[in-house]
Amino acid sequence: MSVWAEAKEPLRKHGLIAAFAIFLVVTALYAPSFLTIGNILDVIRQVSITGMIAIGVTFVVITGRLDLSVGSLLTLLTVLVVDQHNQTGPALAIATTLAVGLLIGVVNGYLVGFLKLNALIVTLAMLSLLQGLTLLYSGGSNVNITNPQETWFKIFGRGDLLGVPMPVWLFLGVAVIASFVLLRTNFGRWIYSVGGNEIASLFSGVRTRWVVLCAYMISGFATAVAAIIMGSRVMGAQNTIGQGYELTVLAGIILGGTSMLGGSGTIWRTVIGITMLGFVQNGLLLLGFPYYIQWLVTWAVIILAVWIDLAAKRGGIFA
Amino acid sequence: MIESKRYGSMSSVLKILGENHIWFFLAICIAVFSWASPYFLTMNNLGNVLTQGSFIGLLAVGMTLVMINGEIDLSVGAILAMACALAIGLQDSMGALPAILLAILSGAAFGFVNGALVALSGIHSFIVTLGALIGIRGVVFIYTGEQALMVEDFSYTEYAEVYLGPLSLTAMIFLGFTALFQWLLSNTRHGREAYAIGDNIKSAHEAGIRVKRHKVINFVLCGVLAAVAGVLLSMRLGTAEPNAGKIWELWTIIAIVLGGTRLTGGYGSMWKTLGGVLTLAVMLNGLRLLNTPNYIELMVMGTVLVLALVLDKTLANKKTN
Repeated sequence: MSVWAEAKEPLRKHGLIAAFAIFLVVTALYAPSFLTIGNILDVIRQVSITGMIAIGVTFVVITGRLDLSVGSLLTLLTVLVVDQHNQTGPALAIATTLAVGLLIGVVNGYLVGFLKLNALIVTLAMLSLLQGLTLLYSGGSNVNITNPQETWFKIFGRGDLLGVPMPVWLFLGVAVIASFVLLRTNFGRWIYSVGGNEIASLFSGVRTRWVVLCAYMISGFATAVAAIIMGSRVMGAQNTIGQGYELTVLAGIILGGTSMLGGSGTIWRTVIGITMLGFVQNGLLLLGFPYYIQWLVTWAVIILAVWIDLAAKRGGIFA
Repeated sequence: MIESKRYGSMSSVLKILGENHIWFFLAICIAVFSWASPYFLTMNNLGNVLTQGSFIGLLAVGMTLVMINGEIDLSVGAILAMACALAIGLQDSMGALPAILLAILSGAAFGFVNGALVALSGIHSFIVTLGALIGIRGVVFIYTGEQALMVEDFSYTEYAEVYLGPLSLTAMIFLGFTALFQWLLSNTRHGREAYAIGDNIKSAHEAGIRVKRHKVINFVLCGVLAAVAGVLLSMRLGTAEPNAGKIWELWTIIAIVLGGTRLTGGYGSMWKTLGGVLTLAVMLNGLRLLNTPNYIELMVMGTVLVLALVLDKTLANKKTN
């Protein structure tokens, strides 16, 4: 027990990072291309879409709520941005996409924050509703951008700056802004207080309903930005392009150590969680495993990460 | 919850109806679709509705148990896919019956893993079973090698073709389990204690209820029922797709919540869940008979779910006022 007592705090703080470092080294030994600059940038570019959404959802999770609708929303908005690009040009398409993302966030936020409905069910209903809306909008067919080479819209997904892909810059930029909002502004403190103790923050004069509404708007907005990157990267959209993203996003947030109960968590934790998932996925592929092995690894990693965190907090392995 | 013993049978039926608004809604749905489509209110179609609803229904019966405990199981769709794959994949080497048994056992095993992790680690079941939802799907892909498994001996698909009037074997099994677990909830110690745990886990623990054991049992039951649904699906289709049952956990939650069982635990019954499952099945079937495109279905489901929540909230508020 004493070994555990001495080890638990460092293990809690650095265990996950240490395990991740070991994974990086071992994978690099067997797959020499793993830790090259090119591959690292590739991985970060791949996770930038999930990561962007995860940053938005982190706000919702810190208020102690959930957003399962982001996967369907990503699908709808990617279809929307691609199709609107063909119809009205890039600038209007981007504006429309951001506006619709915010609007869906308002609807979710109103139902959860003002009507006090269960967030899991509301966003589940929204998941189904948005799938329907996507099919209604697209008529079931895939959409493609007609002039992928000429349009300046391509910079978001395909461009690069100083040798670093544009999605990575956007991901980092959004992460820095989100982190600043969460840690340095009143609004950020309200987000934590609503998640920590909603009634207490209501009595302290925090307009909890509006805070929840805004958290969902941020989630919708972040998903819209992700959809713009996605549309620009793929230059087209299928009706299932965002399916399952809500689960990956949650897995990354949980892995980062943000509590699903609300009141704690940071943006950089989410960024690290999502990026780690990306590297594990990439590493396993480079080692020659089939892609579905990463799902098993994700299962194990999520349980272990959360368990170690809980065990260290309560000072015992078992509940 | 349902104290039928103290009342006469007629008034107890009324009481059950009064507590289960979903049955009124179901009646309205049936009336509307009967009026709108001549094909709806036929024995043949109603039998079909029941059979189609039975798969989600079996998942929902298991998840209702878990939800009354105040937990959730998101991995039922993946467990169903695993059982489906095992039932078909193993029967060439060992025969159909042992394969079915092993498939159901796999459901029990995964349910046990979920339950044990929830009980031992204290991690919320949402996270545990979210992990399992991703991981068990990985196990299914490893086992099937990403291929859809086909049944060799097609007499296997005849097993489920047993009918009692319009009732298929699948529907009978679903209704049987619904009745059995309603009995379990209202007439056994395990059932009573399940409500107590979901209502207030701390006082349940202090009253000497073995909280962890009950939770593990309910997760195992949930896994078994998901596996039964998987086996029945394998009989119906004759193939096992690795992606079978994907996002069925979401439909299951929708059915349960429509029925009126609360996610927070301590409140709910199999009658509610049965009502929710039937309503979902009737709406899907009715909309299809009316030739509505697929997206209308999805949008109607989403809207109805939110309306059900709003209604539930207003009724609950009225009661407390």
